[in-house]
Amino acid sequence: MQEIRNYTMNFGPQHPAAHGVLRLVLEMDGETVVRADPHVGLLHRGTEKLAESKPFNQSIGYMDRLDYVSMMCNEHAYVKAIENLLGIEAPERAQYIRTMFDEITRILNHLMWIGSNALDLGAMAVILYAFREREELMDVYEAVSGARMHATYYRPGGVYRDLPDQMSKYRESPWHKGSDLKRINSWREGSMLDYLEAFTADFPSKVDEYEELLTNNRIWKQRTVGIGVVSPELAQQWGMTGAMLRGSGIAWDLRKKQPYAKYAEMDFDIPVGVNGDCYDRYLVRVEEMRQSNRIIQQCVKWLRANPGPVMLKNFKVAPPSRVEMKDDMEALIHHFKLFTEGYGVPAGETYAAVEAPKGEFGCYLVSDGANKPFRVHLRAPGFAHLSSMDTIVSGHMLADVVAMIGTYDLVFGEVDR
Amino acid sequence: MTDTQPISLAERLVARFGDTLSLAAARNEITAELAAGDLLGVATALRDEPGFRFSELVDLCGIDYLGYGQTEWDTETVSGTGFSRGVEGQAVGRFDWAGRPRATDRPRRFAAVVHLLSIELNQRLRLRVFCDDDSLPVVPSLTGVWPGVNWFEREAFDLYGILFEGHPDLRRILTDYGFVGHPFRKDFPLIGNVEVRYDPEQKRVVYEPVSIEPRVLVPRVIRDDADLAQAQAEAADDWRSN
Repeated sequence: MQEIRNYTMNFGPQHPAAHGVLRLVLEMDGETVVRADPHVGLLHRGTEKLAESKPFNQSIGYMDRLDYVSMMCNEHAYVKAIENLLGIEAPERAQYIRTMFDEITRILNHLMWIGSNALDLGAMAVILYAFREREELMDVYEAVSGARMHATYYRPGGVYRDLPDQMSKYRESPWHKGSDLKRINSWREGSMLDYLEAFTADFPSKVDEYEELLTNNRIWKQRTVGIGVVSPELAQQWGMTGAMLRGSGIAWDLRKKQPYAKYAEMDFDIPVGVNGDCYDRYLVRVEEMRQSNRIIQQCVKWLRANPGPVMLKNFKVAPPSRVEMKDDMEALIHHFKLFTEGYGVPAGETYAAVEAPKGEFGCYLVSDGANKPFRVHLRAPGFAHLSSMDTIVSGHMLADVVAMIGTYDLVFGEVDR
Repeated sequence: MTDTQPISLAERLVARFGDTLSLAAARNEITAELAAGDLLGVATALRDEPGFRFSELVDLCGIDYLGYGQTEWDTETVSGTGFSRGVEGQAVGRFDWAGRPRATDRPRRFAAVVHLLSIELNQRLRLRVFCDDDSLPVVPSLTGVWPGVNWFEREAFDLYGILFEGHPDLRRILTDYGFVGHPFRKDFPLIGNVEVRYDPEQKRVVYEPVSIEPRVLVPRVIRDDADLAQAQAEAADDWRSN
């Protein structure tokens, strides 16, 4: 028999476990990986360069399309960078809305992650459960911004508009009927905050359901315990953030350590792993969903009690109301200038980071005083994480590569930008 | 980030590195500019020494300062015919490859910007290293200090053509296989140089020169009168509702 030593295997870019368009060139020794060389950039759209050719506000929508499962967190980093340079701060209500939507986004992201990661490792059912709740939160996105995913809801100086007073209801269809339809619509009788209150009361039991499927599942543990161990030193050397860092036992979370928006006022805990393997990161993310749920509840409570403006009353940055515009010459001029030219941002540079579901999402913004950014650099957590692939995966089996891709929580919209 | 920490960090930086770093602090962020030759020594010290402990390199990116501060629309002096409506700038998106901006009076175009994070001390620091030679921008690689910088340096090389001396594997990362040029440079057209399509006759994907025209909808403007403070004061003064 002919002896075959190392050979090279091509994994992706079209592979269901590649989470989009990852191409991995794997050097294999039998079923053991010797070297992994990820080829990224297949989804590179040049977002940062496009942003240089447009006024500041017109690039907010591009941010949704980076990490397209945690849309509003990306917007938050970009908007925060602009606000830093302008020296403005959003009204308190807008800050609470941002905090709430950041956490809704975190749940959305983690649901996507838990479903697809389980699917990659052979547990087919979880994604069906996860998408059930994802759909419910997508409705909140739609209610507030008109779009299920690419919201473009945050603005420098606040958010686009206040929370809606009503939620759209389901009509009877072959998919929604009878008691099911009644249950869904019973949440939607009141305002969006009522809806969220009902959701958050219900959601912990849903997380229990996912945990029941996975946490003590023998196959799940065989596939994740002791796989892809990241030591705390390694995690720091490779610039890891978010759950990748916390899974290794470092209690680092920007929401606690460098609080932004209203996180300083929130009561929540930071889950931390022990072993730094895929299983610990799984536990960390599941617990993060529960904590996000708590934060949403606190925000709902505050938002209910405290009406107020959600946008700065500064016509250089925020548009005047329609009524004002029809009535007042100056408001009309401001409106015209804002939408034809935008606003100038004082020269300077800033780095604004938020704790996105995947890790630290940062926006480095350089302005030369113009109405367009001079340079925008978006620091995507997935990019840093994926670069450590070779170090972590070599010596593992081929099937563990899939577990590792899953635990990185990769989305190529942000890796490739 | 608390208010006191960045200031004390700046003091510690001055005490330790002296003139090697030129510091600038704004909005609780510290930027340290340094020469390419000093980078490795400073980086190692920043990582290891107590008081700095920058265990993580969060981000590295390239910048091309060509055309910094240039506008396309004169807003100061109004000519006899009004504002200069005919925009003839060379800002991003306005030119194709043949018409790209060339001459520059700015001495140094390219810089690498590094963002560091200390988890232990909860502090951040920004380093900027300018490349001395525009035609061959070189910066020492930080891969020996923080291995995680590997891909960020590949990205800066790919998009800006900055060479990182000592990098183990300086390949392109984001652009296409066989891509020519460094697309994020300010003299690289936004529309690109080539476009691809599937050719049914040759039964393969072919590259052709771009067919789209450069187009920018909003001119690049720098206004002195964009005074936010004044606008804020106007907004706060509710004379309209009286």
